[in-house]
Amino acid sequence: MINFEIDGKPVSVPKNGTVMDGANQLGIYIPHFCYHKKLSIAANCRMCLVQVEKAPKPLPACATPAMEGMKVFTHSGQAVTAQKGVMEFLLINHPLDCPICDQGGECQLQDLAVGYGASSSRYTETKRVVANKNLGPLISTDMTRCIHCTRCVRFGQEIAGIMELGMVGRGEHSEILAFVGKTVDSELSGNVIDLCPVGALVSKPFRYSARTWELSRRKSISPHCGLGSNLIVQIKQNRVMRVLPRENEEINECWLSDKDRFSYEGLNSEERLTRPMIKQGGVWQECDWQTALEFVANGLKDVKEKYGAESIGALGSAHSTLEELYLLQKLVRGLGSASVDHRVRQSDFRADSQMQGAPWLGMPIAEISQLKSLLVIGSTLRKDHPLLAHRIRQAVKHGAELNVINPIDDDLLTKVRNRAIVAPDKMVSMLAEVLKAIAELKGVEIPDDAKNALSTVSASDTARAIAISLSDNKPAAIFIGNLAQHHPRYTDICKLAQHIAQISDVRFGVLGEAANSVGAYIAGAVPFGNRFGNRNADTAGDRHGGQGANASQMLGMDDAASGTGCKAYILLNLEPELDCYNTQRAVRTLAAADLVVMMTAYKSHAAIQDNYADVLLPIAPFTETSGTFVSTEGRVQSFNGVVAPLGETRPAWKVLRVLGNILQLDGFDYETSEQVRGDVLPAGNDVSAWLNSRLGSLAVNPIEAGKENKGSEGLQRIGEVPIYQADLIVRRAESLQRTRDAAAPLAWMSGSLMAQLGLQTEEVIRLKQEEGEVQLPVAQDDKLPANCIRIASAHPSTAALGGMFDQITVEKS
Amino acid sequence: MLSEQERREIEAHARHYPNNRAVCIEALKIVQQHRGWVSNEGIADVAEALQMKPAELESVATFYNMIFRKPVGKHVILLCDSVSCWIMGYERLRQHLGDRLGIRPGQTTADGRFTLLPNVCLGACDHAPVMMVDEAHYQDLDPARIDEILASYQQEEEKSTDGNAAHS
Repeated sequence: MINFEIDGKPVSVPKNGTVMDGANQLGIYIPHFCYHKKLSIAANCRMCLVQVEKAPKPLPACATPAMEGMKVFTHSGQAVTAQKGVMEFLLINHPLDCPICDQGGECQLQDLAVGYGASSSRYTETKRVVANKNLGPLISTDMTRCIHCTRCVRFGQEIAGIMELGMVGRGEHSEILAFVGKTVDSELSGNVIDLCPVGALVSKPFRYSARTWELSRRKSISPHCGLGSNLIVQIKQNRVMRVLPRENEEINECWLSDKDRFSYEGLNSEERLTRPMIKQGGVWQECDWQTALEFVANGLKDVKEKYGAESIGALGSAHSTLEELYLLQKLVRGLGSASVDHRVRQSDFRADSQMQGAPWLGMPIAEISQLKSLLVIGSTLRKDHPLLAHRIRQAVKHGAELNVINPIDDDLLTKVRNRAIVAPDKMVSMLAEVLKAIAELKGVEIPDDAKNALSTVSASDTARAIAISLSDNKPAAIFIGNLAQHHPRYTDICKLAQHIAQISDVRFGVLGEAANSVGAYIAGAVPFGNRFGNRNADTAGDRHGGQGANASQMLGMDDAASGTGCKAYILLNLEPELDCYNTQRAVRTLAAADLVVMMTAYKSHAAIQDNYADVLLPIAPFTETSGTFVSTEGRVQSFNGVVAPLGETRPAWKVLRVLGNILQLDGFDYETSEQVRGDVLPAGNDVSAWLNSRLGSLAVNPIEAGKENKGSEGLQRIGEVPIYQADLIVRRAESLQRTRDAAAPLAWMSGSLMAQLGLQTEEVIRLKQEEGEVQLPVAQDDKLPANCIRIASAHPSTAALGGMFDQITVEKS
Repeated sequence: MLSEQERREIEAHARHYPNNRAVCIEALKIVQQHRGWVSNEGIADVAEALQMKPAELESVATFYNMIFRKPVGKHVILLCDSVSCWIMGYERLRQHLGDRLGIRPGQTTADGRFTLLPNVCLGACDHAPVMMVDEAHYQDLDPARIDEILASYQQEEEKSTDGNAAHS
């Protein structure tokens, strides 16, 4: 530690610490622009000049290493004169157009100009003007205002992992731009808006819509990815105007992904459902709540009488709150059915009987940056978990080895030590090879339940390299990504990964797909009763044999259980034509039901057009209700509504409560969402006892057999969920929908497959799965494994297709 | 696409440096040597070869004024534009060069023969005013000397168009 003095106050910083570090520790503010605690030191704005005893000139606090016995003065005559001098230079070319600048009122330059600027300029020459750049639909530019701090450039290099903005030219001619004709496409790009200390980079969707002092700041939690990013939601006249990050070092640090930041546009979408709607005689009509709820209650009662309680099923999205999902399952179980699920994109439920707890990350998010080796299995990491990918990038920067087993080879913007890019149906055998390799390496027996399956497997060099990486570098972790969770052999993947983790003694986790993926298990929104979580477990499910139908069975997606769909469905926060593993069958199954109740914030186009729904109940999105999300690291985060519900929208937990009352079910007399939460969570909200990704004893299926084989003779689809199609809100966020990441799906395949099928790039082909067919242009990606076609799911243009990883056929059109 | 020759030369330099990024200035110079200037395509080519982002390479290329990001003439005239030369008659030389070539600093003659660029200090203040044409240094200049120099380039070119040895 180095001891020195700032403004007469003693302080000590670690070796290599700077004067700025010391000042931050003491809470002494030194004016600055280019310095940012999360970015490298540039020392190019010179605003942080301070006086240092015995130094002949003022020194920049951000770049001056602290030295033993140093005496620093931040507000002395010399320091302030220097700072004022710098400010005068900074303002030479700055347009001072604050009245028409979006940054006005939250601008570091404006604030500091008040403290350090002169009341008028001595500069009489013309100011320079810099042309604005088109950086895409999210970031608006006014480059004349730029003071060249290069925060945005360093953010790209150091945090986003891709340098999209650069500073070109020198001196007077310097300017910030993206390379010729490029836009800023990073999924973390919005952070440069926060970083920009002036109004050069501002939010395009928010531009000219409000002043910062007109907005109220309310705390909230992101409902999108499983991270549980902390948000500040800013509102004006009961309308969400924008979303900013709320700093939480353990979760999102000071960052937000673009999905979290810009999705709010979906909250104000014209597609919002504001009154209940009922379909009568094939015609949709708006109605009041009383009518709608009675219609639902009578419908459910009818179905129960006619077909039995088991024919009622409920599906809730894991983007719903803990309270909503708890009441949903309570309602269904109260009616006597155990068919409730949230895993609509999962296709392999073999492990259900052996789950030991809610699958979770297996470690705190913050510790990811400290890992020394990782194995990520089946994930579009950057798109599914943008900030988790950033944590992993930081880990790799500090020497961690990243290993990947994936059917796709998208650029992770970081070094990958070993990559096994294999067709989905080869992922299991790749994992088996790694297990074999690690067992040989450690000289241990292959666990009994995998012994049979592994008898014919021999480890490849890649598998051995992955095994060595995991066993030689500690701490290490294995993460199961979204693609693997949707995989037709999820159980085997999970089981093999778990064995590898156990033998190599590393952490094992499942990356939560949605904000409440962990919470959904804890709330009991699963068909196998309440073996974990859910303190006051409602045992109705168990009374009725314990086991209800899972999502796949309910929606007719499970081959073995075809024709077993329910007669009545309650859908919470879901668009089945986009949100399911096999959207084609889901829609067909729902259309055959007697009653489909959709609790949704939106007039889902397909629900109305495809005519599978019977009732639409307008429920509040996360900004209009209180609730709780349990993040992928098992963190319980509750939030309040930040605006009043739109129109006649009601919080879903209240709707379910009233429905419970109308149906005269017990235990639906909640007055607040906190009471609901109290029924689910233990005192202190510590859910750690219920978190466990491990599976009990369960034999791994023979490596080359199983469900996937039906696809192995032909072409296999790789159906990932595009980043801006993952949930209902983001689908309606207009600006995000104009980004490159939201481009319409293409049929991606390798050049050799194109040659084999006689196809050209951009040629429109017909793609068929089961009875569904779509037409898409061909695109080439030589990194894809042989015999695979990558076609995004969760998109209207591919909704007619079938399973995300099933066989697919191609025809020229 | 980098030519085989360019690729070989860049790889030869790469051996002297600890990492790819450190080679980028040399690589840009090599591309410029072969193509006369560094186009957007040239930036993209070098970026790909060195596994750098075009934005980063662009920052480097535009920082150094000896990397030309716009097409230049056959010969590049760098006229020293700094204090010593100012004192010793820079203004008269600039005027004269401009009149003779019919262009202003930053421009290229219509026949594509000369590009005139101001350059801050060529490092020969004791012999100011100074200019460079391509690799050759000319000092203690006056208008008459400049005419001689320009004429010599003209002659050389005429020779080479007569089918003699190529311009060096």
